[in-house]
Amino acid sequence: MADVRLTRRYRFSASHRLHSELLSADQNREVYGKCNNPYGHGHDYVMDVTIRGEVDGVRGRLVSVDALDQCVQSVVLRNFDRRNLNLEVREFAALVPTTEVLAEVIAGRLAKAWPEAFGGSGGRFEKLRIWETQNNIFEVLAPLPAGREIEVHEISESRG
Amino acid sequence: MRITRRVEFSASHSCHNAALSDEENHALYGADANPHGHGHNYALEVTLEGEPDRVTGMVVDLKDVKCILEEEILTPMDHRHLNFEVSPFDTVVPTPENLVVEMWRRLAPRFAEGPASLCTIRLFETADLYVDYEGR
Repeated sequence: MADVRLTRRYRFSASHRLHSELLSADQNREVYGKCNNPYGHGHDYVMDVTIRGEVDGVRGRLVSVDALDQCVQSVVLRNFDRRNLNLEVREFAALVPTTEVLAEVIAGRLAKAWPEAFGGSGGRFEKLRIWETQNNIFEVLAPLPAGREIEVHEISESRG
Repeated sequence: MRITRRVEFSASHSCHNAALSDEENHALYGADANPHGHGHNYALEVTLEGEPDRVTGMVVDLKDVKCILEEEILTPMDHRHLNFEVSPFDTVVPTPENLVVEMWRRLAPRFAEGPASLCTIRLFETADLYVDYEGR
């Protein structure tokens, strides 16, 4: 058995606006700069999902890549690609969609979906890396099942 | 300090396990299970670890690394059908997971005497799928 990491790269395009209700207009402009533009702006995000586990040489497969694609599509891409993150992704009704928080939200979604999608396989979701642009890169470890989790305040599912 | 050398090669393969049914093969390997085979432009990144020599300022002579990668990876694998022409993939399914383990087996002894040790290898099967292995 060999301890192998497999990483699959995904892409999605979305718009966002960085603005906190907890800050004044001036503070928002100071903290978020041009990302505070009230009309929002977009990015072509790139996202690496890393799976780690023991591979037996007979099957030679950590996880079905097709199954991984389907899981990421249904849990993340379907809800994020060509969307306004602030208005259309429920977590961001209460959270500012910086890419730090975006990475935590996506990692939380994948970690939650993982046991049902891949519980029987040897691969575990280890980490997530997101490129907001080619120059801004964010990486988070997968949250543990009972560990630190994103605190989501459900204000309204129908916002926007 | 770590230093990484990248090489690229093209090869064909088919990921089909004779012990499994066609349905199981397709579920496990997806389109890669096509028994007629297909090809990839692979890229291998080999990361070595060591300290720069006080005189030369080099962790390792990259000419030597290039030569080792030619002998162990490119000559046997570039423009080959992995299942038919590269041992042990006549009996081992040439998934990137298995490929990276075999590549480590070939490379590790070549760096065992130093000056830099093999730290990690990363094999890209496509730009969107890669595997990492640290020899454990």
